[in-house]
Parts: sequence; C-alpha cells; structure tokens
Amino acid sequence: MITTERLQFKYSEEREEEALRDVSVTIQDGEFVAVLGHNGSGKSTFAKHLNAILLPVGGTVYVDGIDTKDERRLYDIRQAVGMVFQNPDNQIVATVVEEDVAFAPENLGVPSAEIRKVVDWALETVGMGGYKRHAPHLLSGGQKQRVAIAGVLAMKPRCIVLDEPTAMLDPIGRREVVATLRRLNKEEGMTIVLITHNMDEAVSADRVVVMSGGGVVLDDTPRKVFADVARIKALGLDVPQVTELMYELRREGLDVPTEILTVDEAYQALKCRCISGVSG
Amino acid sequence: MLKDITLGQYFPGNSPLHRLDAMMKLLLSVVYLAVIFLIRNFYGYALLALFTFALIRLSAIPVKFVLKGLKPLLMFIAFTAVLNLFMTDGTVIWRVWFLTVTREGVAYAVAMLLRIVFLVLGTSLLTYTTSPIALTDGIERLLKPFGKMGLPTHELAMMMSIALRFIPTLLEETDKIMKAQTARGADFQSGNLLKRAKALLPLLVPLFISAFRRADELATAMECRCYRGGNNRTRLNASKIGRIDYFAGGILAVFCALILLANAA
Repeated sequence: MITTERLQFKYSEEREEEALRDVSVTIQDGEFVAVLGHNGSGKSTFAKHLNAILLPVGGTVYVDGIDTKDERRLYDIRQAVGMVFQNPDNQIVATVVEEDVAFAPENLGVPSAEIRKVVDWALETVGMGGYKRHAPHLLSGGQKQRVAIAGVLAMKPRCIVLDEPTAMLDPIGRREVVATLRRLNKEEGMTIVLITHNMDEAVSADRVVVMSGGGVVLDDTPRKVFADVARIKALGLDVPQVTELMYELRREGLDVPTEILTVDEAYQALKCRCISGVSG
Repeated sequence: MLKDITLGQYFPGNSPLHRLDAMMKLLLSVVYLAVIFLIRNFYGYALLALFTFALIRLSAIPVKFVLKGLKPLLMFIAFTAVLNLFMTDGTVIWRVWFLTVTREGVAYAVAMLLRIVFLVLGTSLLTYTTSPIALTDGIERLLKPFGKMGLPTHELAMMMSIALRFIPTLLEETDKIMKAQTARGADFQSGNLLKRAKALLPLLVPLFISAFRRADELATAMECRCYRGGNNRTRLNASKIGRIDYFAGGILAVFCALILLANAA
C-alpha cells in the first residue's frame, strides 16, 4: 500500500537538524498501524508525507506504486490516502453535516446521485447516519471527529492516516473514534495509520512503529514493543497502564508475565498466579 | 452569552417557498422589490399587501415572527415618514408655527412608509426561507456570467460559506478567551468607551492568532480532500430550476401585470 524508502525531510534549508532521517517503512494493505512517539519525534511530519502534503527532501514515498513527487498523480494519491487531523473544528468546511461529507466527492467531480449514495454510506459507516442535517458546531467532539472521518471516507480511500485524532477529545469521544477505526479496519478492510501518543490506543493496532528523533526505533507487534518497558520509558513514552502494573509487580519479585496488554489478560495471569500460589 | 447570537434568520421548513430554488428566489425577490417602486396608487398597495400576506401564509412562518423583523427599523421608518410629511412642497392643508403639512406630503409619507415596510418584509421572507448555504449557492450561480469577465465567483462563494461556518467557532473561542482573561482580572464591562476598546485589544490578539492557525489547518485539510477550486466541481444537491420555480415566476409576472393595471386605474 505505502512504502517509504530512506525518507528524509528538513523544514528549512538553513537548519541542520532533520525532521526525518532514513525512515523506511512498508505499510501493507489492510494493516492497522499505530505510530508512537513523543513531541518532536517526527511522527506528524511522517504522516504528512503519506499523501503528499509534504514532499521528501531525500528518499522516496510510494503510494500504490506511485511516487508522491509525481505531480500529475497528486489527486490519485490524495484520494487513495485520506487524512484526518487533530482538531475536528478546523477540518469541517460546511455548515451542515452532509454537505461537509460531500465536500471531497464534490471536488472529485462525482455525479450528484452518486455523491448522495456515498455520503449516506460514509455517515452510516461511522455511526452518524442520524445527523445528516445537523449543524457540525452543535455536535460533541467525538461526533465531530467521526464526521471528519466520514468526510475522508467519502473519497473511497484505501488507507486513512489519522494524526492524533483523539488528542482533543474526552474519554467518551476517544472511545467512539477508536471503535470506529477498528470497525473500518475489520469490516471494510481499510488500511489505518494512527498517529498517537495514547498507549491504550496503540494496543488495538496490528503493529506499532515507535519514532524518536526523526527515525524509527521500534517496529513490531504491540505485545513485543510494550514488553520492553525499560526501553519504551527511556524513549520518553509510557506503556499501557496494565502493562505498567505487571512490570511493577514483577520488579517487586512477583513472577508474572509482562507481555500483557489488556485488563482481561492481566486478570487471567494474576488468577493463575494466585491459584498456583495457594496450591504451591 | 455570545453563543446566544442567532446567525442568519433561517427558519427551517418545507413550504413551497422553502422549496424554491435559491437563485430563482433571489431573482424573484429583486423583481418584487422593483415592483414596490412602480406602485402609484392605493389599489397597488392593497394588492401588494394582499400578495405579501399570502406569501407569508404560504411560507408557514408565524406572521408575528415576520413582523418582528420590522422592529429594529421602527425608528428609521418613523423618521423617514415624518421628514417626508413636513418637507414636501404643495397645497398646504395644515400649518403650525414653522411646520407645514401638505397634501402631497401626506401622500408621500404614507407611500414611503409602506415601501420600506414591504421592502423589509420581502427581504426577510427571503432570508427566513433560504438557508445561508443555499443563499451562497444562489449568489454563486447568479454571478456565474461575470465569471467569464474574470470575477472569481466560486472563490467568493467559498469564502462566504467558510466565513459562515466559522462564525460560531470563533464566537465560542472569543467567549473562552474572555472568560480566561476575566478570571485573571480583566474588565470588559466598565469604563468609558476608550477604556473598553483598549480592554478588547488583548482579546483580539489571541483571537487573530488562533484564526490564522485555524485557516492554515483548514487549508491543509481541504487539500487533503482534493480541493482544487471550482473547475469540474459537482454538487451534492444539484440545484435545478424546476416546475415549481417556473410556476413562482408565472405568479409574480401576473402580480406585476395586476400592479400595472392598478396604476392605470
């Protein structure tokens, strides 16, 4: 789906520091990838390269085999890879929900009857079908962000890149958005690239890419990435709360596995431990 | 408190007036306004009143609501009427001190009063029954012929609709900044005009900065959604001039003819 080869980027010619250096990542069709990193790690810069908002200074980015530097194919690239940003207020163009979702297909010159169909489908898919005629500024943060996702879905992209889509939302909104993404990935086979610094969101991904100082430092399944608690902490990141708990228990001398990501897993592990503790 | 400001005066509904195409409605409104100035006698105004009242009933908007639109203009209307009453030359029918009232003056004042009232009623009926988006769209289509002369019609319409979209967002933000500054001892309510204007400065600076940042982000988001100007753009609700619009045009034409007939009477 998307391949970056030794991707390099600088925000200005004069400055030495590189925002990205030698990033080589391949994102497969249908994958759910979380990109983690603290502020200034280059994760947002990386995201903006995936649909040619930024063009590499060195190296190349291929989307479906198209070089993002190829200006003639710019709109093919933008249509294939949709992008959702942090602040839903700053992405919504129209004063009515359905008009906003229709914005992208209108730009693409899709006939009216088909726009109607794709708008209905997109809003239904994000669970906002009942809000077609609503004014966006009266919706909650999570609802607004789902409208923004529908607005991107209406282009019928194959991949959606989300740059910290939950950073400005309350816990309920956050849950709504993450559930929507998971459903899109599972049911529609949509490739999802989720830029985040929320560890609990990263757990739901198939794969976690950790960035630091403009480069990729870890790239593996969430289980393997978060197992190395000391390393993650050294990078200025946190691990999911449950993983942290197990890590601390282990440090206190309790023999529990640390490769644990969810509360259920922790419960099972601790239950076994207690039973064996009692009988042993 | 800032949130209470209502935007536009759109009154959602599904009446025949609501269903009319926005461009057609704009055109018909212009004709209606022009007709008001053609009326010469009482019969004409009677016809106009009847027609306007019928339109209000058709729009299913409460009459009281429509009349409320006149309220802010009451002073202006009264002033114009009084001025016309005393300042017109002609046959004097009443004189007190330096004020003279003439027969022509009375007729002129009444005509002026009626004209302004119907002007306001007609235009508010347009904004009551047309959503801001539809109105923008109508304006864009009306201006289209000027596009060939280099007028960026699509861009103008886009700017208008984005401005409409961001008014509530920026109002909310202003409210937030005001509260934050009030919490730190800023005073927006008291003092003379100059003092209050000065107090607004620290409010405007962060508001502007944030507006620029929003504009930048919005531009990127629009690019991500393949925005490339008005060329080859389609619309979700492709507005077509339909049967109902021709019908409305016909009715207005009949109305114009009746007014001209009344003028001859």
